[in-house]
Amino acid sequence: MRAIFTVFGKEFRENLRDRRTLFSALIFGPMFSPLMFALMLSLMIRHGSDQADKPLELAVAHSERAPNLVSKLVEWGVTVQPVNYDDAEAREAIRTSRNNIVLMIPENFGAQFESARPAPLALYSDSSKQALERDVRRTKNILAAYSSTIARLRMTARGLDPMVLAPVAVHDVDVSTPASRSVVILGTLTCIILLTMLMGGLYLSIDATAGERERGSLEPLLTVPVKREHLIYGKILAACAFMSLSLVLSVTELAILLHFVGLENFGMSVNFGPLTALKVALFSAPLIPLGASIMTIVAAYTRSYREAQTYLSLVLLVPTLPLVMAGALGLEPSPVLMAAPALSQHFLITSLLRDEAIPMLYIVTSIGVTAGLGLILAFVAGRLYHREALLG
Amino acid sequence: MIEASRLSKRFGPVIAVRDVSLHAGDGRITGLLGPNGAGKSTTLRMLYTVIAPDSGDAVIDGRSIVKDPLEARRHIGVLPHSAGIYQHLTARENITYFGALHGLSRADREKRADELIELLDMQDFATRPAKKLSQGQRTKTALARALIHRPRNVLLDEPTNGLDVMAVRGLRNLLVKLRDEGHCVLFSSHVMQEVAALCDDIVVIAHGVVVATGTPDSLRERTGQASLEEAFVKLIGTGEGLE
Repeated sequence: MRAIFTVFGKEFRENLRDRRTLFSALIFGPMFSPLMFALMLSLMIRHGSDQADKPLELAVAHSERAPNLVSKLVEWGVTVQPVNYDDAEAREAIRTSRNNIVLMIPENFGAQFESARPAPLALYSDSSKQALERDVRRTKNILAAYSSTIARLRMTARGLDPMVLAPVAVHDVDVSTPASRSVVILGTLTCIILLTMLMGGLYLSIDATAGERERGSLEPLLTVPVKREHLIYGKILAACAFMSLSLVLSVTELAILLHFVGLENFGMSVNFGPLTALKVALFSAPLIPLGASIMTIVAAYTRSYREAQTYLSLVLLVPTLPLVMAGALGLEPSPVLMAAPALSQHFLITSLLRDEAIPMLYIVTSIGVTAGLGLILAFVAGRLYHREALLG
Repeated sequence: MIEASRLSKRFGPVIAVRDVSLHAGDGRITGLLGPNGAGKSTTLRMLYTVIAPDSGDAVIDGRSIVKDPLEARRHIGVLPHSAGIYQHLTARENITYFGALHGLSRADREKRADELIELLDMQDFATRPAKKLSQGQRTKTALARALIHRPRNVLLDEPTNGLDVMAVRGLRNLLVKLRDEGHCVLFSSHVMQEVAALCDDIVVIAHGVVVATGTPDSLRERTGQASLEEAFVKLIGTGEGLE
């Protein structure tokens, strides 16, 4: 049994000295991916608030034909830019992006308006530009509000109750919480945590199996009086240690970065403090032995370092599949789904960050099943090392 | 002492080794001589318990490699054909790692490593990372690693491959020294001169079977050839050993 720790110690020490392993396990993964994530979030926040705060800019052609409408627009906070376009010039202005939206007031607007017939207005915009959609909608809403105000005034002037114009009154009742609107972001967050964690053990498990065979050090190793499964348990343990380091580093960095980003914008009700970070790490940790064992098994079957690298990068994608599925199908936590590795960790972390109550059964199922599968696969990996084909 | 009886091994349809029996005594250097692909490596790999024989058995200092491979391994030191060492460990760490795997205490394996570093003249590079070592230095490291637990029996698979003249001389001196200390040394080679210069006993192997056993003199006598090389060619039947 002591040999397990001898192998563990050697693998751990040797890989700490290997720049490639160190870079991918402890620097590239845990440092850069949370940083990218935080950057993306803060860009989203800035973009969102920019849009909301930005005054709506509207080019109005021939504003002198409707002074009342224009003054209402200004009242609504619209920055009116008077222009002197005809139809062709307005189209050109939109096409060349000189103006984003042009409101054209035709010559007969005043006459039609005074005689209480529908007064024409033309709104020029390019519907293929998605970024402007919001401004166009705002403009239309303001014009509709103006129109409805005038209608009510006219009815009152004719002695009619303006209420007849509103046979139904629809109230929007939106029960979504900020939290439930952030499914994608939370999904990305758990993906990052689980992926960086798995990446932490990637190179070590290749190096300890395919790499060892390629270097020719596997055969001498198999001549020592140690059971083969003990050798492989030591290697799996070292991969677990590297994965734990990755996990701790990435969660710590996330906690620090997200503190500055301001998670309440994305509906994470919980302050991502040290305690939450600790819980996130604890919920993710049972996946470590499972990941280490799978990577070791796959790498042990490959013929070379390169081949192992190719297969393992595919293996890395496997745990993200249930997460994508969960997002697409709108899966909700249930006792059965909590038995699914990766998915159950995703549910636990998501619920934790949304500050939802998590049933004890869910936690126990997730940790128990995932850790149990990890132990079974570690045992399988040990059996695998008795095959002679292993020597290549 | 190594006593192999009727070892056989097949890989799929290919019979690599058939009914190989051999005796390698203490205080003697035994050479396993044969052309490439004759089954030398497979025989040695069965003896050092990395692969299991399909039939037959071998006994190393009283331990069966089939029934008790773990115990048999305690009594052998092995230099395999491709003796890779760990690139990110120093030469010395490579040696002591195997000491730890053999269950030696820290003090014991450090002391033993000191002895081996002196014996193999490794002082200059013992603390250098393995990736910066020359081929000869790597082989020395692998040899020291194989000897860390003071094994009675030493098995070497083509140990002089890739070594320069001086390194080969050093290795020969070491093998002689081990023999004189009473060790059982078994090594494989396809190089005639090497075997002729070193071995007390020779086992000639071709096409997976033992074709002759004996001292260099007795082999020359038996084939009626003056040189061992001619004797060897005659024994394996064709000229393929010279490829």
